[in-house]
Amino acid sequence: MDNVIVATRSHTHEAGASEEHAHVALPQHRHHFETEQQQREAGTFGMWLFLLTEIMFFGGLFMSYLLYRNWYHDAFVVASNQLSIKLGAFNTAVLIGSGFFMALGVWAAEVRKKGLLVLFLVLTTLLGLVFLGVKYDEYHEKWEKHHIPGAHFDVSEFVNPHAYGIKEEPLAPDMAQKTQVFFSLYFAMTGMHALHMIIGIVLLGWLTYRAHRGDFSSGYVAPIENFGLYWHFVDIVWLFLFPLLYLINRHPGS
Amino acid sequence: MSEFHDPANVVNPEHADHHIITPKTYILVFATLLAFTGITVGAAFIDLGILNPVVALGIACFKAVIVILFFMHVKYQSKLVKMTVGAGFFTFIVLITMTLTDYVSRAWGLW
Repeated sequence: MDNVIVATRSHTHEAGASEEHAHVALPQHRHHFETEQQQREAGTFGMWLFLLTEIMFFGGLFMSYLLYRNWYHDAFVVASNQLSIKLGAFNTAVLIGSGFFMALGVWAAEVRKKGLLVLFLVLTTLLGLVFLGVKYDEYHEKWEKHHIPGAHFDVSEFVNPHAYGIKEEPLAPDMAQKTQVFFSLYFAMTGMHALHMIIGIVLLGWLTYRAHRGDFSSGYVAPIENFGLYWHFVDIVWLFLFPLLYLINRHPGS
Repeated sequence: MSEFHDPANVVNPEHADHHIITPKTYILVFATLLAFTGITVGAAFIDLGILNPVVALGIACFKAVIVILFFMHVKYQSKLVKMTVGAGFFTFIVLITMTLTDYVSRAWGLW
């Protein structure tokens, strides 16, 4: 009998009907889970399985970057140096701040402080929007300089950098064309990252509304916690994008 | 779980006590992340040769690990969740390595 779970207080519906406290299905303890911990663990496990598929998705992009950076190293160096470290570092700090407020939001939900939870969710959203605003500015600059890969791509800054006051070695025309590979990967990687943030901000709006309604301040934390996992995962992707795209090509020898 | 007669402890095998991480920990992690962002930007402007990408990626990995352990609570999760996270990153590294061995060995000796 030692491997059999038996409720010491009867929970069967027949008995429950006659008990003073009828069976209440709490959102943090649905009837098909034995305990609240079990439901929570199942939720966390499921969320992590989803995040593993996301690791594989972004992993493919990182793999392409790794390979093409080795193949077209000179083109990647000069194209990468077109990005602003100042804006990249600022955005990294903004995103870390956003993740920090998200983490505090999970804490506020745990200790059932509704006002703080709403405040932290709003701050998370605001910093996320600041990040996207800076990203828009960076994209716009690329658009104006014709650095978007395609028929209108302009290699003149790469074949004749000194005419533009850029201290880089000029590239041969065929290698200069390969800067398009860098920008393709740049837009694919930061664009997919930004898309994840846009989806996250939409979800944050919905969660803020529900938090304001009081859904998450009576012990039901799972949606906030699992969304937090998603938001931190998107942060982590950026923690790798920033050094790979902005930083590691400052010194062409490396 | 006094609610159940469960001597084999099927319901909560990990004894995973629910742990609430305090804001103090979060502030420490936040400060560490900002500090290492500064360090990685500074390191990019020093010519370290082949070590530039190594340092940048090393710092990125360190930052990712503390985000995973504290912001994502993995340090306080059950072994099941820890194994899941570890298995994911391990599989990712295996895939990268196998893809690279293919590309590196295609033109072996022809360069």
